[in-house]
Amino acid sequence: MIDTTADLLNLTLIASTLRLSTPLILAALGGLYAERSGVINIALEGMMLAGAFSAAATTALTGNPWIGLLAAILSGILVGLIHAAATVTWRADQVVTGTAINLLFLGVPALLSGALFDSTGATPQLTRDQVLPDLKIVDPGGSQTLVSIFNQKPIVYLAFILVALTGYVLARTRFGLRIRAVGENPEAADTAGLVVARIRYTAVLISGALAALGGAYLSIGQNSLFTRNMTAGRGFIALAALIFGKWSPTGTLLACLLFGLAEALSIRMQGTVNIPNQFIQMIPYVLTMVVLAGFIRRSSPPRALGIAYIKE
Amino acid sequence: MKRLTGELTYPFLAVLAAFLIGGLVVLLIGENPLTVYWLLISSAFGLYDALGNFTWDNWGYTLFYATPLIFTGLAVALAFHCGLLNIGAEGQLYVAALAAAWVGFTWTGLPGILLTGLAILAAMVAGGLWGALPGWLKARFGAHEVINTIMLNFVAIGLVSYLTQNHFKIPSDPIMQTGMIDEKAALPRLAHLLAPMGIDFPARIPLNLSFFIALIAALLVWFFLRRTSWGYELRAAGANPAAAEYAGISVRRQIVLAMAISGALAGLVGVNEVLGYRYRYYHDFSPGYGFAGIAVALLGRNHPLGIVLAAILFGALNRGGLFVDIFTDRVSKDLVQVLQAIIILFVAIEILFRRGVVRLRRIMPQRALSPSPNESSGRPTL
Repeated sequence: MIDTTADLLNLTLIASTLRLSTPLILAALGGLYAERSGVINIALEGMMLAGAFSAAATTALTGNPWIGLLAAILSGILVGLIHAAATVTWRADQVVTGTAINLLFLGVPALLSGALFDSTGATPQLTRDQVLPDLKIVDPGGSQTLVSIFNQKPIVYLAFILVALTGYVLARTRFGLRIRAVGENPEAADTAGLVVARIRYTAVLISGALAALGGAYLSIGQNSLFTRNMTAGRGFIALAALIFGKWSPTGTLLACLLFGLAEALSIRMQGTVNIPNQFIQMIPYVLTMVVLAGFIRRSSPPRALGIAYIKE
Repeated sequence: MKRLTGELTYPFLAVLAAFLIGGLVVLLIGENPLTVYWLLISSAFGLYDALGNFTWDNWGYTLFYATPLIFTGLAVALAFHCGLLNIGAEGQLYVAALAAAWVGFTWTGLPGILLTGLAILAAMVAGGLWGALPGWLKARFGAHEVINTIMLNFVAIGLVSYLTQNHFKIPSDPIMQTGMIDEKAALPRLAHLLAPMGIDFPARIPLNLSFFIALIAALLVWFFLRRTSWGYELRAAGANPAAAEYAGISVRRQIVLAMAISGALAGLVGVNEVLGYRYRYYHDFSPGYGFAGIAVALLGRNHPLGIVLAAILFGALNRGGLFVDIFTDRVSKDLVQVLQAIIILFVAIEILFRRGVVRLRRIMPQRALSPSPNESSGRPTL
């Protein structure tokens, strides 16, 4: 009897790990596109916030979460455009620009929600049928464990599909090769006839769209409203996962699952286990620092990361 | 003089552009930007209140809000002079604030001045160590300080949250805060400093001695960077690491040193917060002073005087923002955060204005094109 309870706990832990990893996977994949093209993206947090707010606000106004999702993607592309214009065209410092974007989208949602919904930073609560529906992969009346694992929001599945797709795109397609080329050696790419700026723009816009999708999952998937600073550092955890995963899609996915598991455990262990919650939440950050100091030298970041390319 | 106008032109244009965009946003929201901005400015710098009575409140609070930003602005700038971007001031100021509070409520047997001095020292040492750690990780392992300072922000906040909750909180207190520090450790407020001179400054305004510590810190940072050989070595390591190494300067040591001083400066925010304002450590007190410090340093062009001015501008925005929040129907104080973010963005893409100004000069042929003074430093812009 006790054993089955333990099993149940473990299996539902898989479900919550999948749920909690999803926004991280999407944002980290977004980061991957930008950084493999040579543009540092510490703006993931701001992009997620923009997506989370746009999704919740649009859904609240239209009643349709799919339009909300579309709005989130558009907002992400727009934020990506700001980042790309500042860093690629005007060669602004990539880290400073990212920091500015993070600050900007801490403020913008609050400002707009005040004007749109007369609230202090939150959007109205959505009804049950206004948030994204769960997929019905298994019979909802059957085993609740299986239901909790498989009947997730479509975005959860999408995140995993996108990881595979990104792996394929980067390794096997011309577009992927170009992204890697401008991220490793923009001079050579330029000599070979590639327009470095255009490829970096595309990569950063994709980055924004993906991170915003991750944000949308938080506001209209996992929850049913946007609240002030609801990403709570997930953009930075995604960045950590990207580094921990050594800028590769599979590595990044595994890192996100690990960090998702850590979050799931920290929620589950609240008040039951004697390890302070704060320490469990620190895991992603500490691991990233350890990785950066330790075995990162075996796999270094894209060589042109952080360097604006000036066409001769 | 020409250099000074050059130094002032771009920050001024950046602020102007930010206010223009902010004005458009306000218009979009459905308020009159001129009314909002007048409210913002008059409530930050005005000497009279709405009823026409003389008041110290506006200036008092503006300078109080500017104080932490002077510290974090100096912290970011000092690291930057060594070619480092310290995004970790936020974490550094949290550990420092808790350290100052810990001294303040633990070593209560010590005489007043000593207790205060020790609390200030604790803040600087805690912040300095927290800053030196990513410096050491960079010097020893080549780990990028930007990522590590970001990570350490989260670790710091988790750590102080744990310590407050499990060790220093009064059990019956529902608020995440420590007990009060000994009164002897407190820094005097301006009201108490001005009272002997017969100036009636209200004691409710939390502006305290820390503001003057901030001004002295700015002066010392200037002196250190420009007038001492240590400062010269630090700047040399930042400007051209290879050449500095060739000249016998240990770049690695400079990196650790710069991050340690930077962290100690950020740590002084804890002095203003704990010894000058709340007289205890209150969790989550910082509304992002560390990040605003990046904006302040950029806007002040990494010069101590510029930083003091930029911090006062940002302090004024924070003060005025409260009034905008209360006295307009639809615009919240978040407008201020948006303005600050847009200012950083525009300062970062200064090249935009530079091209514009160059074009203007071309239109006016009698003035020769002069090369810009700051074109050649380590990073392209910051």
